[in-house]
Amino acid sequence: MAIFVDNNSKVVVQGATGHQGVFHIGAMKEFGTKVVAGVTPGKAGQKVENVPIFDNVFDAVNECDANTSLILVPARFAKDAVFEALDAGCKTVVVITENIPFHDAMEFVHYAKYKNAVLIGPNCPGIASPGKTKIGILPGQIFKEGNIGVASRSGTLTYEIVNSLSEKGIGQSTCVGLGGDPIIGTTFIDSLNAFEKDKDTKAVVLVGEIGGTAEEEAADHIKEYISKPVFAFIAGRTAPPGKRMGHAGAIIARGKGTAESKIKAFKDADVQVAKFPTDIADIIESSI
Amino acid sequence: MKLFEYRGKELFDKYGISVPNGKLVETKNDFSGLNFPFVLKAQVPIGGRGKAGGIKSVDNLKEAQEKFSQIMGMDIKGYKVRKVLAEEKVDIKKELYLSITLDRSKRMPLIMASSEGGMDIESVPDSKIFKEWINPLIGIQSFHIRSIISKLKLGKEDGKEAAKVISKIYKLFREYDCELVEINPLIIKKDGGVMALDSKVNINDDAMYRHQDIEPEVVELTPLEKDAKEKGIAFIQLEGNIGVIANGAGLTMATLDALTNYNGKGGVFLDLGGTDDPEKVKQAFELMKKAKPKVIFLNLFGGITKCDTVAKGVKEVITKEGIDCPVITRIKGCNEDQAKDILKDAGLITGTTLQDAAQKSSDLAR
Repeated sequence: MAIFVDNNSKVVVQGATGHQGVFHIGAMKEFGTKVVAGVTPGKAGQKVENVPIFDNVFDAVNECDANTSLILVPARFAKDAVFEALDAGCKTVVVITENIPFHDAMEFVHYAKYKNAVLIGPNCPGIASPGKTKIGILPGQIFKEGNIGVASRSGTLTYEIVNSLSEKGIGQSTCVGLGGDPIIGTTFIDSLNAFEKDKDTKAVVLVGEIGGTAEEEAADHIKEYISKPVFAFIAGRTAPPGKRMGHAGAIIARGKGTAESKIKAFKDADVQVAKFPTDIADIIESSI
Repeated sequence: MKLFEYRGKELFDKYGISVPNGKLVETKNDFSGLNFPFVLKAQVPIGGRGKAGGIKSVDNLKEAQEKFSQIMGMDIKGYKVRKVLAEEKVDIKKELYLSITLDRSKRMPLIMASSEGGMDIESVPDSKIFKEWINPLIGIQSFHIRSIISKLKLGKEDGKEAAKVISKIYKLFREYDCELVEINPLIIKKDGGVMALDSKVNINDDAMYRHQDIEPEVVELTPLEKDAKEKGIAFIQLEGNIGVIANGAGLTMATLDALTNYNGKGGVFLDLGGTDDPEKVKQAFELMKKAKPKVIFLNLFGGITKCDTVAKGVKEVITKEGIDCPVITRIKGCNEDQAKDILKDAGLITGTTLQDAAQKSSDLAR
């Protein structure tokens, strides 16, 4: 078992023929991902790493049974690409693209919900269930199969933490890169719920950052609904104060959003918070 | 991007939200077409300008010229006033607060209104701020607006006018990709009607490409920040003396945190992002050299980025142009062993772990 993606994920890559598309189709196949199709409008009939390219997602779904889409298209085409994937019937959509206007993200996140689909991202590195599949741009060599679930708002920091887990022989069930944008589809809470149900996940690692209130909300959720042990790291304890959305943003936050607030919320929920990213592996090793 | 008040008001006008009669004044002989009394308002992209003396009321020409000269060019929280808006005074019956922003948790636009407008809204208790969330799939509907208006207790005619403003700012919020549209105060005039006395409009930078009619505001950057921006490198100057180069925002922040644990202080924050292009790495190092930190701390995790390629770029800069401060490196991930050899060869100090490297950097910076 794993969460959100596994051996049954058949991936169509939207934006398959660009530099990134070609590289990552190769890297995903090497990891064992079932990449069944690619989509680039106007390039039907071509092949990338032996994967057939179609003009649209509907053809890829009809002819290759794709059920999961990986979005690598440029920001200004991303909304269209996500809507197309959802309308074509993809039940999981992973959006790597960064700099998508958040009004666009707001629309496709709600449309995905309406379609009962899992949307991961945008502006995320993707998701990997080691030993099964990896959908996105995460480096394959850092993972090891096992039973720790990881959900993170950061990219390289996640790689760092996952790598230190693997080096200690602590494998992962699934690692979800949630994305760093103000609007994201899958949240810490969604991931925690899925990990709680997943038989193969024994403990969960959350990697958070300053800004927003996602960590505080996750902490509240853990108190009530999560029985498995949760560990966390928060980046940005000493970062300069970031942008604030005028007074209105401050009203929503009401003092939340700082590293102190997040660390305190986690500690109140019995979540151990590591001081250094690589400490997570040591803490897990000594407590499980 | 934060729009100046007068530009926000131009958008309000476009959407049929009434604003006071006024104009941007360039010189102290430029008050034609305005009736006394009026108000001079410094145009700066930051709040609190009233307290800083950036808003002044005037009754005659002499006073107007005097106050104009005081405001123009003054410094408000680091922003020099280059534009002054003059607006005729309006008789106020009631002041309201109205805004639309993004609620990140609910992932929806959030409308907030209060009958306690005009003052610092952060000091208004939650119970007096009325909220309505709009699912973007259905957009704003009459029931949303009715719900807010009924709580504001405005009376029939004023309520009707305020309702129109709510639907107009929602339209503006969505069509111009806004992060925030805020009117504080939105006033009910003594002689009837509703008017926006202030405006705060922030547009999402990622969406600026589809709003060509909005001229970008000139942002004041330090020469180094400007240089970095042109090269596409994320670069922030802080107060400490350790220059941090890392890849990815999260890792860069975690690196600064690690330094703090050993009483070190980051002075420059440079995020390479996902690149391992030696040319980019070279540019980043050159930029860092110009910032003159006491120590440079390179913390790299190679995922897709290959550590040895980055190391080659670093070695090239250092051997060709030399460097006059110690460089501590900590390299992990894809091809780390090759990278360590290259950096050792270039005479750089390598830390074994993040903690070790952070401590070495902090000690050397003291």
